[in-house]
Amino acid sequence: MLLITCPNCGSRDETEFHYGGQAHVAYPENPNELNDREWAEFLFYRENTKGTFAERWVHSTGCRQWFNMLRDTVTYDIQAVYPMGTPRPAAAVPPAAESGTASTAADSTTTGTAAPDAASSGTASTTAPEGATK
Amino acid sequence: MSTQQLPEHPDFLWRNPEPKSSYDAVIVGGGGHGLATAYFLAKNHGMTNIAVLEKGWLAGGNMARNTTIIRSNYLWDESAAIYEHALKLWEILPEELEYDFLFSQRGVMNLAHTLGDVRESIRRVGANKLNGVDAEWLEPDQVKELCPILNISDNIRYPVMGATYQPRAGIAKHDHVAWAFARKCDELGVDIIQNCEVTGFLKDGNRVVGVKTNRGTINTEKVGLCAAGHSSVLAEMAGFRLPIQSHPLQALVSELHEPVHPTVVMSNHVHVYVSQAHKGELVMGAGVDSYNGYGQRGSFHVIENQMAAAVELFPIFARAHVLRTWGGIVDTTLDASPIVGTTPVDNMFVNCGWGTGGFKGTPAAGLTFAHTIATGAPHKLNKPFALERFETGALIDEHGAAAVAH
Repeated sequence: MLLITCPNCGSRDETEFHYGGQAHVAYPENPNELNDREWAEFLFYRENTKGTFAERWVHSTGCRQWFNMLRDTVTYDIQAVYPMGTPRPAAAVPPAAESGTASTAADSTTTGTAAPDAASSGTASTTAPEGATK
Repeated sequence: MSTQQLPEHPDFLWRNPEPKSSYDAVIVGGGGHGLATAYFLAKNHGMTNIAVLEKGWLAGGNMARNTTIIRSNYLWDESAAIYEHALKLWEILPEELEYDFLFSQRGVMNLAHTLGDVRESIRRVGANKLNGVDAEWLEPDQVKELCPILNISDNIRYPVMGATYQPRAGIAKHDHVAWAFARKCDELGVDIIQNCEVTGFLKDGNRVVGVKTNRGTINTEKVGLCAAGHSSVLAEMAGFRLPIQSHPLQALVSELHEPVHPTVVMSNHVHVYVSQAHKGELVMGAGVDSYNGYGQRGSFHVIENQMAAAVELFPIFARAHVLRTWGGIVDTTLDASPIVGTTPVDNMFVNCGWGTGGFKGTPAAGLTFAHTIATGAPHKLNKPFALERFETGALIDEHGAAAVAH
């Protein structure tokens, strides 16, 4: 069981979340111009990294917000949690609350207001953000 | 059914040779598929100057971690053809390999718990019959008759509304299967090289000409990838991509029990599949963990859900204990069908994407992949499973028959 630090709600069990696969996959800018190979890439081909992987999660039984995470796919260590719409962090930074302990921070009982960047995590959650290309 | 005596643990069945400087073909991955491929390359195509490279120990990956279920009741013609061919090979392999790996055709039941399940199952039985695959639809009382320990009460969360049944399906001892193939490969002159991890490929233009390993460089004319969960890693080294996501898949066994479970019971809906091994352990598989992973372990809540489902379906399991749990890394595709064929790199071939159900396909994967490596062209059984299908759109959607529970 992973302990995942939701940017809005704090540290929660993995069972409260759903997985969204690779992060930073933008919808094609000009879909009409794509050939079959390019459509195949967009629809079926995703990175399958062994090591640090940028991926999406949604806190489905909590704040229901999407966010991005850097996680090592071998050790399963969570290296960073960052809002949708922001670029992948260059270096791994630890998430706000240490994983492995239940969060007792005040923000775990509020909804979004104490998020590190409430504006971007709250509004840019479901659309492909500008600049979020691979 | 009585508890069967297992064969004596064998002495060494194959040599442990040093890698030669060159081979006619190199198979990457010493699991069931890699060994079967090498066996059929040697036997059917006379290619004996070949090597199987295994980064760990022989058949220590998914070949040792699956729940050993063998069946062929897939929905689509392409899948039924290749899996049924595999099943027919399973039926003759113990004799051909001169090794009794206890292939036990005790039947496999796929339970239906919802009206949707019932409709899908009856449709699949019809499709199976048209493809010459033995299949029956069982009503709940017939399910109970075949497997008396199943709870068919209406008063449970997921009541049993019927099941598909394939009598010729069953289980086998997976490690013995690997050893049987390895011994024959060795006899035919194939070098099985363990503790030999591939670290890169040598290419001349777009053609592969060699393999870099932690035990030196090996020149070769052809490379066949049989690396399951690590296929993407190898493809990246070779300079192409695969539409594969690697996930942890878990299974577990109980302590030994008297024979109580006469068949194999699978339920896609509640994500559990159960049989009783020859020695008496209850063997159960779960669903995949949702996240990508290479860690050969998964999250405990997956096992907890699987146990809850198993205990509801089989109330007598409530007193059994979990003895061991483990995970393997499965290579899933979006249409739940394998990829067997050529790659964008010349003379490099790939056999992957078998996902959660590769064990049952072992003989057919080996047979058809060997054909493709030897001739450079697809076998008629693996032709539909080419990598190109993700571009042409000719997907083989087996989520109904495969899903989590292969």
